[in-house]
Amino acid sequence: MIRGKGDEEDYWNSSKFKAFTFDDDDEFSQLKESKKAVNSIQTLVDDDDDDDEDDVEKVGWNGEPVGSISLSIKETASRNRMSATDQELGFPKIETTMQNLSLSKQGSNYSLSSLFKGDYIHIYLCQYYCECVGEIPSRHFAPELRKPKSHFFLFFVMQTYTLEDFRALRDKMLLLDEAVQLHNGNVITAVKILFRELESRQVALRHFIHYLKEMEELKLLNELLKYAVFSLPFSAEDAGFVQDHYTLLERQIIIEKTGQVEVFKKNPRKAAILDMPIITTLYYSCFYHYGESEGTYSSPGSIKKTFKLSDKQYLLTALGARAKLKAWKDVDSLFVTKNWLGYTQKKAPIGFHKVVDILHKNNAPDTVIQEYICLVDDTDLKLNLAMKYKCHDIIINVSTDFGCFMCVCECAEVIKII
Amino acid sequence: MAAHLSYGRVNLNVLREAARKELREFLDRCAGSKAIVWDEYLTGPFGLIAQYSLLKEHEVEKMFTLKPGSLPPADVKNIIFFVRPKLEIMDIIAGNVKSEVKQRSHRDFHILFVPRRSLLCEQRLEEQGVLGSFINIDQYILDLIPYDGDLLSMESESAFRECYLENDQTSLYHAAKGLMTLQALYGTIPQIYGKGECARHVANMMLRMKREFAGSQNQILPVFDTLLLLDRNVDLLTPLATQLTYEGLIDEIYGITNGYAKLPPEKFIQKKQGEGGKDLPTEPKKLQLNSAEELYAEIRDKNFNAVGAVLSKKAKIISAAFEERHNAKTVGEIKQFVSQLPHMQAARSSLANHTSIAELIKDITTSEAFFDNLTVEQEFMTGVDTDKVNTYIEDCIAQKDPLIKILRLVCMQSVCNNGLKQKVLDYYKREILQTYGYEHILTLNNLEKAGLLKLQTNARNNYPTIRKTLKLWMDDVNEQNPNDISYVYSGYAPLSVRLAQILVRPGWRSIEEVLKMLPGPHFEERQQLPSGLHKKRENRTTLIFFLGGVTYAEIAALRFLSQMEEGGTEYIIASTKLINGTSWIKSLMDKLEAPPF
Repeated sequence: MIRGKGDEEDYWNSSKFKAFTFDDDDEFSQLKESKKAVNSIQTLVDDDDDDDEDDVEKVGWNGEPVGSISLSIKETASRNRMSATDQELGFPKIETTMQNLSLSKQGSNYSLSSLFKGDYIHIYLCQYYCECVGEIPSRHFAPELRKPKSHFFLFFVMQTYTLEDFRALRDKMLLLDEAVQLHNGNVITAVKILFRELESRQVALRHFIHYLKEMEELKLLNELLKYAVFSLPFSAEDAGFVQDHYTLLERQIIIEKTGQVEVFKKNPRKAAILDMPIITTLYYSCFYHYGESEGTYSSPGSIKKTFKLSDKQYLLTALGARAKLKAWKDVDSLFVTKNWLGYTQKKAPIGFHKVVDILHKNNAPDTVIQEYICLVDDTDLKLNLAMKYKCHDIIINVSTDFGCFMCVCECAEVIKII
Repeated sequence: MAAHLSYGRVNLNVLREAARKELREFLDRCAGSKAIVWDEYLTGPFGLIAQYSLLKEHEVEKMFTLKPGSLPPADVKNIIFFVRPKLEIMDIIAGNVKSEVKQRSHRDFHILFVPRRSLLCEQRLEEQGVLGSFINIDQYILDLIPYDGDLLSMESESAFRECYLENDQTSLYHAAKGLMTLQALYGTIPQIYGKGECARHVANMMLRMKREFAGSQNQILPVFDTLLLLDRNVDLLTPLATQLTYEGLIDEIYGITNGYAKLPPEKFIQKKQGEGGKDLPTEPKKLQLNSAEELYAEIRDKNFNAVGAVLSKKAKIISAAFEERHNAKTVGEIKQFVSQLPHMQAARSSLANHTSIAELIKDITTSEAFFDNLTVEQEFMTGVDTDKVNTYIEDCIAQKDPLIKILRLVCMQSVCNNGLKQKVLDYYKREILQTYGYEHILTLNNLEKAGLLKLQTNARNNYPTIRKTLKLWMDDVNEQNPNDISYVYSGYAPLSVRLAQILVRPGWRSIEEVLKMLPGPHFEERQQLPSGLHKKRENRTTLIFFLGGVTYAEIAALRFLSQMEEGGTEYIIASTKLINGTSWIKSLMDKLEAPPF
């Protein structure tokens, strides 16, 4: 649902939470940009209804999964409506902020930390944002939010050393609260205002990160990486990684819901696939979803393609997974390729000696191991492997080929032929 | 008197006694029977200063660990909290006090902040409404704690991270304060040398603090002739390498905290004759490791490959000593033998312990994994193939070896190559993130910031030059009878210790060029001594302070230098923390909060 520009005003004016408007005061024209950004997000936010209820993190005030956050926000928002209406336009007065945002945990019915406790916390990304913000001066406000569900909150609490700044801090926190109310728990870009402030106080930024860790009261939050802020200045490669991470999490959530019943019964899994690294996810997929067509989300092929994994990575992982399940035919087919003459042959981007090691680790039967030792090119290596895994036939064959009588004797002694 | 502290040229017992005196004074200020509630983190360092016996002398009847909720019952007049100035701890204390007040127990509360009071913490207590309940609020300044006769440490875990990642110089301030305390007890140090940004800051702070005390002259005959301040980031390579001394290996494999190591108990069961299979103890065996134990003092700094010979020789001596009983014929001789028995029994049990430890370590050092790892480390240190993706590292990632092992190797390659090429760095990053999870992106960022893992700039790779000039790699290393400090890493001489060695002779002027290649400024300062006190020519003592951490291998190397020549320089080592590669990298990792799934 794309809203026209005219609808924006309607939205702003029709919202229950009227306490705060950006327009009226010239002083706050700098907020216009963020308002634009906020509004553009609004269109995407309407996708809310289409999404699964399951994906929403349901948490309560004290972190226990209860109702939805948006619900909780509405509740507290109404509580705070009283104080909000008394405020003048623009940044609210200090007194109100003090009440609302007292840093003490006691009696704070709207402490921001309790609001977000229990959310899926990814402090590291937020810290990373902090670091980036300190270094790169220009802001890019181009939110390319892919699937912005309701609960993305990223906010800073800035601690500087002057009293005035401390008040401004409170102001900004209240501003955030308002933004929270307005968007019903949706994306907050008021945080961008803070970014501007932080820009000019890079030294303070460092101290504030420190202070934040000390305070712990108001933590840096980011819920379920799906809802990233691409407007933040990431370095190019890292942005790619962050993007991959979101894609991965989305994928994992999908995979969680599917699965062949028999395989799961025989080999029950120890943990959910959520938040596991990509290679582990691929292993899981090769384990439980092998053979699915590339079209499905949970197939190994699809994962390999989406995340651009190398042949080597794929091979090692698939090999490990199928070997564990003792699916030797599958293992075999991993290596079969047709060469240009039309003959099939077995090839591997990793050395066959590594294949043998992995097979051995997974307790492969001797026949299978023997087969792969034979495929090792290097004779010495072949011999070493054969001795290590006690494949006497091979030793004898190779040794007699090279006239190594000693080896044959040794081997024969072992199996007590002579 | 702690026995292990009086062995060196400098009697560090003086420092320890001063610390104990302060503690006694505080305890006496809270008159009456007491119970101490401990911040767990402090029990280790405090154990090095005072044992329970001292506390008991001052009417400490009970000791508890700080926990949320209410305090366990105790029939005492005073409750004293020994805590670090951290806000979360303040909350726990407030909870404790409130529950006590509810029970109307009419007790006196006191707080001892270690190492310093904090306005923020006191403010928090006020907010919680309990500040008024405390009668004595004091600080116990514990900066440098003596660990051994020649070793001091601040045990500040986050010092390296704070200084090099977060630009927070609080730990440097504490270091400067600690040095002022040392000077108050052992005399003004006339010469200060340093290399590195943090070293410069500490020196400046020291000089400024000295000026504040202008007027009062320290009349104590100076024990230290030189102070050498070194930044950890001048030598990033040494902590990354696997230490190969006996003590170093114990630290690498099992970890040594506050002079104690926890070891798997299986090998320490005493086999008694006639007893069947006893239940295996499940508790790890805790052993105290310091120079008070004769055998340990002898083998701790040796290369591990030389330890076996010492142990077998010792075994022969002890058996021979026990055999003497057959020779004792007269009552006098028997009496003499019996009087020596306790000492011999202690020696035998010490030998048994260390033989077990050596066996445990040998199992690991003879493993293929250890050998392969060491080979790659040495390849990097000698400059072989540092600009390509290393296949061993690749394989380890594929096998999902512990992440810290991977990070140590990758950082070592980066340091030895003065940064990795874009392609190589990207490849490693990608492999690591894909195998271990994207959450480690922040750790990688931290490592980059600290200079451990970086992109190669257009600047030339200086490492080979530094290596050649300072002779960091010695091919002909003799592990059994070393003649050079490179034995501690079986070929690699720690850069930091080399710098200390060259400072004494021939002096840093001869390596000006190389010093410029290392990060941070180098400087020299002099402090005025009162007239009448003069510098010594011989038997000089140097205090070498590592800002950011020091490894046991470096300590061993410095001890080697101390005993290398008669009348030469002896080293006392101080540091912000005793580290090894694993704990060091760990301090730079950023942890993710566990999701509430």
